Amino acid sequence: MLFNNPDVWEVTLLSIKVSGLATLISLLIGLPFGTLLALSKFPGRSVLLTLINTGMALPPVVVGLAVAMTLWRSGPLGGLHLIYTPAAIIIAQVIIAAPVVTGLTAAALQALDPRLRLQLLGLGASRLQMVLSIWREARLPLLAALMAGFGSVISEVGASMMVGGNIRHQTRVLTTAIVLETNKGEFTSAIALGILLLLITFLINFALTWIQQRGAKR
Amino acid sequence: MSTLVEIRNLLVRRAGRPVLEIDHLNIEKRQVLALVGPNGAGKSTLLLVLARLIKPERGDILFIGQPATGLRDRDYRRRIGLVMQDPLLLDMSVYDNIAIGLRFRHVPGPESARRVEAWAERLGIQHLKTRKAANLSGGEAQRVALARAFVLQPELLLLDEPFGALDKKTRTELLRDLKALLPTTGATTLFSTHDDREVNALADSKIELADGKIHTESSV
Repeated sequence: MLFNNPDVWEVTLLSIKVSGLATLISLLIGLPFGTLLALSKFPGRSVLLTLINTGMALPPVVVGLAVAMTLWRSGPLGGLHLIYTPAAIIIAQVIIAAPVVTGLTAAALQALDPRLRLQLLGLGASRLQMVLSIWREARLPLLAALMAGFGSVISEVGASMMVGGNIRHQTRVLTTAIVLETNKGEFTSAIALGILLLLITFLINFALTWIQQRGAKR
Repeated sequence: MSTLVEIRNLLVRRAGRPVLEIDHLNIEKRQVLALVGPNGAGKSTLLLVLARLIKPERGDILFIGQPATGLRDRDYRRRIGLVMQDPLLLDMSVYDNIAIGLRFRHVPGPESARRVEAWAERLGIQHLKTRKAANLSGGEAQRVALARAFVLQPELLLLDEPFGALDKKTRTELLRDLKALLPTTGATTLFSTHDDREVNALADSKIELADGKIHTESSV
């Protein structure tokens, strides 16, 4: 019954699109930034690492509040008219996932033998070749960082609700739909949507784990 | 013999303390120079300075009569080979590990394959080419690290205690093979060691470092 409802598919697809894009943007931010934090020494690096590690535990409702205030009509970016749009949810989710990807990237690269970088440079690697080589070397924990980033946003509800508004056909995602159904007392629908969310999370993590473990055996 | 590397007035500090001070050192082409001395004497620091992986506070390094600073770090390093005490191999096959420096230099595939095959055979690791680096013994891994440096045909070869992490039997075998192979490379070689047997087997001259300074310089 659930699968015959076009609204369910719409909500599911929007969830995957929004969280997938937020994870991708977080990866584009977190991978280079985490690498910089792991490989460079500069004043304030420890403070930055502490901030990133704190950011890994950012409560989504606090992010939602900050993004809502920023995108609100009277807020500093109100003129962009992004509040209650999927773009607003993506912005909030990037703020949630980017510290996770950054922090875990930095941790993964710091776990490698620091002499490996010297050895690679000593073999004539350019800076870019050295970085690509150590990314390859740390590919398993880096994939885990990607999975953690995706996991942190596909399951969050606070920020999506606050900046997306849970508007039908526009910004309703699986988590906000579950809250709505629960509030209505429609527990059967809420449970079905919850199972669907778990299934999607499982399938995406299964695919990433398969890639990760294939890399481990190679 | 002509000079490959000349060091003048070199000073390296770590945490404000001088760890290497060399007024003058000439390294001739094709010379095999052993660096001896206790831990902390400055042997590894000198090798890393020569690999341009540590920046000295002051001093000049001339490479074939030209200031080494005239070359970009990467271009300079593409004329040297570096082997550390631990092999530091990457999580890939032995073949790919040996070829990695050639890949960094964009050496064409057939030429790269020819050099990898040749050095894998000379170092007796041809049968290991498809094996993953993680599955090698310590001696095998160090042979791969040496092959990875030799395929680059370096003008300057820097070996930082290359036998330091090996057991006695493996060390003896590798020393015997390296003694036969080193003269065929034509590379000027600097290696650090604590072992007089290695000095006598490989080197034509040696420098004894103590507290970051050259204590004695002699022929072997």
